Amino acid sequence: MKHWRLYFKQNQGLLVAIGLFLFFYGAYSSLHPQGFTAALFNQNSNECFALVMAAMAQTIPVLTGGLDLSVGAILTLVNCLASELLGGTAVENAIGFAACLLAGLACGFCNGCLVVYGRLQPIIATLASSAIFIGIALFIRPTPGGTVNGDLAFAMTYDLNEALMAVGLSGLSGSLAWCGQIPTTVFFALLMALIWTFFKRTQFGLEAYAIGASAEAAFMSGVQVKRAKLIAYSLAGFFAGVGGLYLALQTSSGNANIPQASAYTLNSIAAVVIGGTSLYGGMGGAIGSIFGALVLRSVAFNFRVIDEQSALGFLANPLYQPLVEGVVLLAAVSIGAFWVFRIKNRLEIFK
Amino acid sequence: MSEPSPFLQLRGICKRYGGVTALDRVDFSCTAGTIHAILGENGAGKSTLIKTISGVVQADEGEIALEGRPVQFTHPVEANRAGIICIFQELSLLPTLSVAQNIGIGQQTKRFGLLDQKVQIRKAEELLARVGCEDINPRTWVRDLPLSRRQMVEIAKALGKDPRLLILDEATSALTSADVEKVFDILRKLRDDGLVLLYISHRMNEIKELSDVMSVFRNGQHIETFPKGRHGDEEIVELMIGRDMGHVFPPKPPPVAERAPVLQVKNLSWERQLDDISLDLGKGEILGLGGLDGQGQKEFLLALFGVLKDATGTIEVEGKRVEIAGPQAAKSEVLGLALVPEDRKTEGLILSMSIGQNASLASLRQFRKGLRVDTQAESERVAEMLRRLQIKIGAVDDPVSSLSGGNQQKVVLAKWLMTNPNILMLNDPTRGIDVGTKQELYQLFRELADAGTSILLYSTDYDELIGLCDRVMILYQGRIVRELSGDEITETHIVASSLNLHESSETSRNDQYLSSEAS
Repeated sequence: MKHWRLYFKQNQGLLVAIGLFLFFYGAYSSLHPQGFTAALFNQNSNECFALVMAAMAQTIPVLTGGLDLSVGAILTLVNCLASELLGGTAVENAIGFAACLLAGLACGFCNGCLVVYGRLQPIIATLASSAIFIGIALFIRPTPGGTVNGDLAFAMTYDLNEALMAVGLSGLSGSLAWCGQIPTTVFFALLMALIWTFFKRTQFGLEAYAIGASAEAAFMSGVQVKRAKLIAYSLAGFFAGVGGLYLALQTSSGNANIPQASAYTLNSIAAVVIGGTSLYGGMGGAIGSIFGALVLRSVAFNFRVIDEQSALGFLANPLYQPLVEGVVLLAAVSIGAFWVFRIKNRLEIFK
Repeated sequence: MSEPSPFLQLRGICKRYGGVTALDRVDFSCTAGTIHAILGENGAGKSTLIKTISGVVQADEGEIALEGRPVQFTHPVEANRAGIICIFQELSLLPTLSVAQNIGIGQQTKRFGLLDQKVQIRKAEELLARVGCEDINPRTWVRDLPLSRRQMVEIAKALGKDPRLLILDEATSALTSADVEKVFDILRKLRDDGLVLLYISHRMNEIKELSDVMSVFRNGQHIETFPKGRHGDEEIVELMIGRDMGHVFPPKPPPVAERAPVLQVKNLSWERQLDDISLDLGKGEILGLGGLDGQGQKEFLLALFGVLKDATGTIEVEGKRVEIAGPQAAKSEVLGLALVPEDRKTEGLILSMSIGQNASLASLRQFRKGLRVDTQAESERVAEMLRRLQIKIGAVDDPVSSLSGGNQQKVVLAKWLMTNPNILMLNDPTRGIDVGTKQELYQLFRELADAGTSILLYSTDYDELIGLCDRVMILYQGRIVRELSGDEITETHIVASSLNLHESSETSRNDQYLSSEAS
């Protein structure tokens, strides 16, 4: 590729995030007593998926120069909704599935309307809407619980063979047998990445970047700023909804847990930054955020397998873990800031 | 002989912002196949006129007709669809998007609902080739291009929209002379293809060279439209400012044999952009930096202001060797440096802050009283400075963004004069400023120099170097290639050494340049 140098320069954040993920996940799977197995990979990908979706959701408003503080709340709301709608027959479940996805989209659309027509700062508009979404979630599910169809949940959270058998097909065999062991969540993540890539290549995707790069210049270039923002926030709601739906399948229940919702929101912002998306907007992408989320999770995985007798053995103590997670997060973000040292013209630091 | 019917016609257009009338019952029309220059001081209503035509703002009264049909544009996109394309003075490019994406953003080629990136890049390459910029990789981010290249991208972007009426608002102010020639050739070709071109520039010689028809605006009113050649320069200037112009430049003092050096730079180098620069700046001297745009002049000033890291060479101020750590150190009383930067809207001013706050920002230290700022002393000093620079303002608390370009630049100057600098560095201080204000600034610079301030002036306008400077250094690829002083400072010498032509071939190449300019 002739332009690889340019590609490298324009995608530094993504490449750094991939590197960090390989490092931390590599460390974890080599420290793990059983080593890297299909079962372990399956379990880990299930643990990552909801945060991956939250991070993808967060990316799009951030690209437009905004922020979505309601990502965790939408995720929680859809989670509670799913725990009500996915416990019936196959047809009922299919309708429930669609309803959950639509609910996420609708929440995002509401955020978009607040930002575009309410002319509110995204940060305050979504802070308010997040409280409303959590309120609705509590109304739907005052106490944790609910039912989710077990077969559905199993098929969605295990591997491809299970998913194929759940819809009445046989599992993969022969030379494709190894594919059957790939976790279902990985396929979902690929599907979502595909949706993102599609969005990025549409006019609306380019417009979302344009607004973040310079809202005035975008307007003067004939970008329909309002429409582009509405679509951006709606898609964010959709991705967050997918995360919430998955959480219901994974835990077979719904839980309007406020601290958990906040944690998803804040971690999604961290993942976006680690993934190389600029908080000023206009630069980065959701693929980076996927790896940002994976980095965050992989760091936490390492605490489980640390040898208590080793020099870092104190990390096995849960009391130290938030502190260390914070330090690692800071270090990870700092890698993205190394370019400052290469700058010879101090004015460029502010660009 | 009947006049051809106008392509665009405005009747009785009025536009008011608050209490200020920006356009006052303007009748205006332009005809296909002409390059139509619009002249006027800043604040004359030119910007509002083109904003009204291109749908950015809507007129309060009056009507607009396009080819005889009444139209009303509520959004720039609607004007674009009608073929009215504007290249704005403020660049309308998206910094973190690629050149190709910027060029393609208005009109997308789609395949299965997706943007076709290959087509986008091919189209960008074609348009860049059309404006003679094949060297720009369409995949590069706009932010990684220098200002003059960005402006060419902006022009390519406008051409990509198939304009019928193309508005150029100071579109050439950031261009190098070579690019200006290319752009002029394109514009003439577009005119011959039957387009209307509305051309706004503060460079009189460009207007004379290019335009067929001129319209003069003053105080929101359309004063006169006339074909090129009906009025001489001085008459045009009088029409614009409504008063007698007099001499543009203040008289130069007789050359001084030996000035006490205030600033001595020896062997200054930085990255690949500054190459072994040595010069002395005398007390009370106006030293010009010339050459084509982007030959290291800007970087040289930034290096002296301590903005560039790892610059090598020595700098002496008042005979003492100094290390300049940054703007904070540079502006201190010990060094007494001040820099009026290139872009007043981003580096010179904080647009959202008031005139008064901007003016005192660099010298707040003077007004410190314990932990707080002595606001009374501050506002007195600000008021004094605003008076001295004759800045036309409503109130000091108005946002600085409400001022015209010329007055904004004066606020930047006020800010730095309040630090009482010994050495004033100016990076193209009159870019995009009207004639009247320019004249006032020239007067001010000379007064400052006479009072003992030393001035380093980088200008893209040769006339300024000739009319204002005691000596001129011409830079080429980061090196000083020629020093001119006294009578040597002529357009011929400046142009020749800017192109780094050797003395022997100078004359012939010059004639070539001049004849191409006259054609």
